Amino acid sequence: MTARSKTALSLSLALAFALAGAAPLAAQAQPADAMPSPDATVEAEQGLEADDGGLTGSVSADGAWQDLGIAITTFATDADVPTSTNAGSTAALGRALSTVIAADLKNNGLFKPSGPVGLPQPSFGEVQAPNYPIWTYRSADMLVQGYVHANPGGDLTVGCYLYDVALKQQLAKAGWQVGPADWRRAAHKCADMVYSRLSGESPFFDSRIAYIAETGPKSHRMKRLAVMDSDGANMRYLTSGQATALTPRYSPDYSKILYLSYLNGEPSIYVYDLRTDTQKLLVRSRNSTFAPRWSPDGKWVLYSMAIAGNTDIYKIPASGGEPQKLTDSPGIDIGGSFSPDGRKIVFESDRSGTQQIYVMNADGSQQQRITFFGGRSATPEWSPRGDQIAFTHIAGDLRIAVMTPNGRNMRYLTNSWQDEAPTWSPNGRIVQFFRTEKNSGVASIWQVDLTGRNERKLPTPVGASDPAWGPIRP
Amino acid sequence: MPSSLSISRHTRTGATMLLVAGALAVSACKTSAPQELPPEPGPATTTTTAPTQPLGPVAGSQADFVAKMMGADTIYFDTDKYDIDSMDQQALAKQAQWLMQYPNKRATIEGHADERGTREYNLALGERRANAAKNYLVSLGVDASRLGTISYGKERPVALGSNEQAWAQNRRAVTVTID
Repeated sequence: MTARSKTALSLSLALAFALAGAAPLAAQAQPADAMPSPDATVEAEQGLEADDGGLTGSVSADGAWQDLGIAITTFATDADVPTSTNAGSTAALGRALSTVIAADLKNNGLFKPSGPVGLPQPSFGEVQAPNYPIWTYRSADMLVQGYVHANPGGDLTVGCYLYDVALKQQLAKAGWQVGPADWRRAAHKCADMVYSRLSGESPFFDSRIAYIAETGPKSHRMKRLAVMDSDGANMRYLTSGQATALTPRYSPDYSKILYLSYLNGEPSIYVYDLRTDTQKLLVRSRNSTFAPRWSPDGKWVLYSMAIAGNTDIYKIPASGGEPQKLTDSPGIDIGGSFSPDGRKIVFESDRSGTQQIYVMNADGSQQQRITFFGGRSATPEWSPRGDQIAFTHIAGDLRIAVMTPNGRNMRYLTNSWQDEAPTWSPNGRIVQFFRTEKNSGVASIWQVDLTGRNERKLPTPVGASDPAWGPIRP
Repeated sequence: MPSSLSISRHTRTGATMLLVAGALAVSACKTSAPQELPPEPGPATTTTTAPTQPLGPVAGSQADFVAKMMGADTIYFDTDKYDIDSMDQQALAKQAQWLMQYPNKRATIEGHADERGTREYNLALGERRANAAKNYLVSLGVDASRLGTISYGKERPVALGSNEQAWAQNRRAVTVTID
């Protein structure tokens, strides 16, 4: 547990202008000179809330952009000097950056990028002046180039450029100054820039995932709280495993994680503070508390509490205060996920006899069942776009499905023996969940896009469950 | 990991409790002697053990409870159910008898679910099952303040396969007395 990785981010966004189709910048100077100082504003901050403009439940059908041939080249450097990153010198770092970018764009099935291996390596001077004939000859539609520059203090400046080869035009560019430990963030930011510019969607790669790391045999499985980047890198354990940890949730600002711990043999929700690596009980109670959830603004926490076997959902200010009981049915009312505007909550209840999904106002009023398509429906999660609810559908097997907030257009995204607990990518385009193997009970985290066709397993060093995808990093 | 803020809900009296329970066990034995005799020692295959040591579990201990229950420390449930059927009633009656015999003993009832449900719901389901067992014990006269409950959901299976037989064994509530 290094102090480095948990303290404030040393990444700052510079040059946030993603210019679309405008005339290429006249700047032919050295890229490093084109980078403004790192104190520029961070525009990514409002990404999620800002973008809700009449999007429907439709998926990104196979359009032209998925089939684009994107060449991702090794990032150049003005001077090959040592860095204190784990990737090596600036030249090695340039190769590592483009490898991470290519993996981001390829692994979710979004694009079929080529490179950096097997592609010509642009010189530093070519980064802002692509050798278009080479790429035309190679039938590349799009070209990603970039550079790494080592700053005197140890920080790195990374520039990222996207070119349309046919139009011979720069489509977007951005640069970031990052600390050595954060170099992968620059790669994710670059992948986000390319993805957003070509798809028209909001970014999502520069985000983190909290989850439960599982080791040991099925009879005595150790379950530890862990965090990692959206691609599985930079994994870190937060708990020792002495007490079973379950169901984490990142706060919207990444400063805290709510999770369930069996510390002292009493299942209770704890608030883990990532800045201080300390934790405290969310509520003091003689009763078990579980299924914690944040409101989108981070001001409220939902939790479920069992009293004499009857579980209900409560709401409490994140800063502490009086809990408010939201449900009052004789049965299990559990979980809950706020709509992006914070006005409604979708939750799970078996008041009808089986697990079904209900929607209520954020004050608990107007509770209405929305699932009527047979089987059991559980673990609803409202998309950050607001247009879809992902959930677990149980009819023999457990499968991940989506539906509209009024319970219509139910659609399976997966078909396996046991998939459960969906969580959304920050842009609402990818659903992450965990899959359990029959017999062995080994769990792993998977991602699937809204078409259900592009499914992939996230690389984790050990078994993994209960993924909770945080928003785009501030 | 900092854990100073968490408070223990169960008072642990440890060794003191054990002594009291042991004393009570002796007096209780007098009233129902035939059934409470320690089990016969097995065939004498070794001669090295000290003869003064009593054989078998200490009366009134968790080991004694497990030995006496002969499986009745656990009751089983149907899929997604938590009702107490006649077999469960017999098991719980046996548990209650032991608990009445050692009135200073406390117990925790652990509720479990099979793996074929979602994790959080199964935690709530385990709570329900543990409480169903607890309520029945209370109805038989066991003081509610002696009984705690905890749910492990589907996190602690005893049968490790992924088949009906294993799932049936995992849908359970286990009474564990506190030594």
